[in-house]
Amino acid sequence: MAYFAQQAVNAISLGFLYALIALGYTMVYGVLTMINFAHGDLFMLGAFICLLLVTFSPIALPFPILLVLVMLIIGGLGGLIERLAYRPLRDAPRVSAVITALGCGLVISNTTLSISPYSRAMPEVFNDQYFNVFGVGISTLQMLIIGVSLALMIGLDALIQKSRFGMALRAVAFDARSAPLMGISVNRIISLTFLIGTGLGGAAGMLYGMAFPVISASMGVLVGWKAFIAAVIGGIGNIRGAVLGGFILGTVEIFSVATLPSTYRDLISYSLLLVILIFKPYGILGRAPNIKV
Amino acid sequence: MENIRRFCVRLADRRWILPVLLVLGMTFCVVAESTSLLNSYTRFVLTAMLVNVILCVSLNLVNGYLGEFSVGHAGFMALGAYASAMLTTCLFPQTPALFIPAILVGGLMAAVVGFFLALLSFKTRGDYLAIITLAFLMIVKSALENISWVGGPRGLAGIPTLTTLPIAFATAIITLWVIRNLIYSKFGRAVVAIREDEIAANAMGVRTREAKILAFTVSSFFGGVAGALLAHQITFINPGSFDIVKSTEILVMVYLGGIGSLAGSILGAVIFTFLSEALREYGTWRMVILPLILVLLMIFRPRGIMGLRELPWFLPRRELFNRRKKS
Repeated sequence: MAYFAQQAVNAISLGFLYALIALGYTMVYGVLTMINFAHGDLFMLGAFICLLLVTFSPIALPFPILLVLVMLIIGGLGGLIERLAYRPLRDAPRVSAVITALGCGLVISNTTLSISPYSRAMPEVFNDQYFNVFGVGISTLQMLIIGVSLALMIGLDALIQKSRFGMALRAVAFDARSAPLMGISVNRIISLTFLIGTGLGGAAGMLYGMAFPVISASMGVLVGWKAFIAAVIGGIGNIRGAVLGGFILGTVEIFSVATLPSTYRDLISYSLLLVILIFKPYGILGRAPNIKV
Repeated sequence: MENIRRFCVRLADRRWILPVLLVLGMTFCVVAESTSLLNSYTRFVLTAMLVNVILCVSLNLVNGYLGEFSVGHAGFMALGAYASAMLTTCLFPQTPALFIPAILVGGLMAAVVGFFLALLSFKTRGDYLAIITLAFLMIVKSALENISWVGGPRGLAGIPTLTTLPIAFATAIITLWVIRNLIYSKFGRAVVAIREDEIAANAMGVRTREAKILAFTVSSFFGGVAGALLAHQITFINPGSFDIVKSTEILVMVYLGGIGSLAGSILGAVIFTFLSEALREYGTWRMVILPLILVLLMIFRPRGIMGLRELPWFLPRRELFNRRKKS
């Protein structure tokens, strides 16, 4: 029973990380109906930026400042990619944008790989401690991951449901052609969406790097794309679906590793995606688009 | 400049050049293979180029003519490569005569899997189909890593070198011939109609589902054939060599040469192979430059070099006549 509870704690903290990355995929898809394949690699870069900041900063940066810096840098980079690579293609066929995203992701991951061919160890950002709560071990780091992710998600939900920006974002997602008629600057909304979405991905990268302290350039494909599965399972474009998908995937992964050899993990995650897409082609919470001639 | 252009146009109109080129090419391949006309590196690159032509033409059927976005082609290659390599290396070693059946088995293996994948997944289109092919690629890769009798993550080594230049050339020609005839058949018209507008095609009585499944199956068959050829050329395969990077390479070829064009596919494969060899000394930076080319291509010339145009050599006579009448 204690073993089960322990795995449940691990599943929750992994689920939060997946959900945090999946939010970036799903926000961009909701607004642009485009899969940002570069998101996973920006997530990977988040961990590397954190490593760079910790190694090269003259003073020891406290965790909150580090988190904000990483989010700003990765968010800025995401915004830049949108401006340079995706915006010229907004009226092009959708496939062009997807290919471009795939290309951007490969450029980022292979540049990182060329600069740092080996895995790197993440230095400890703060002193990690274990607590024993009713026989279940939970670390400060896990609590931090859960706390920070929860805060970011609640913040995002409030931003989208309550603020003027959120209202404009929902309008653009609903109908990008009529939104400018209502006085909404579509370009600004899309840029901000990229900034926030990739910023969340960067934060997730940093937290992931702290939780599993060996980071490498292949993390974007290995972990980032897993989060993409989470977004699709929940119904891509649906923000609550991303969180749900993250938890489903985290739970499935932790319990499959707990019962089967760990090499089966990817096989199970991707098979889960395939099965869900075959039976629910638009994800659990997603709705089929209305296609007209 | 104008003279060169006119010369090219006149050359493109001479349809007898294609069979002449075929015979010359085949003779050249046989001679190059049996004599020391070319060194082994040049032969290797030429063979790789022909394999790339097969890959590019077969993916163009789905991504170019059908207008879907599949990133799973490397998965079909892996199936073909492993199936054929198991036959020639483990089950029947020392019988090179079995190579041709082994290639076919590789292709069939990929085609059967491709058929079932298409059957299940063609309920969706566009982004979701891309996701399914991505999941398929990942599943094939991690399944191969977990099957110990095909070598697991270490892969299969000691595959006999059976892919010669003439065999690669002949297979590439057969692939081009089959796909060209498919495209200009009733089935091919249906495929192009689906690309232009699926709902309208459906309303006109095109059996869209069947056409899509058939296109995908044929494409995966030739993906498997190319995988079989590749395995017997490089003599060592592991699951890692059929990952998303391999798929991206094929995508670069297809979109560089031009979607919906056989001549474009050949051109794309040739340019890509030479570019990729020329950049080999830069190591992993090669895989930075190639996707960058893809991105720039998408922004500045989204349809590639040939983009929906075709050399008159590949067009049926009737089509050519219509075209002349129009112009």
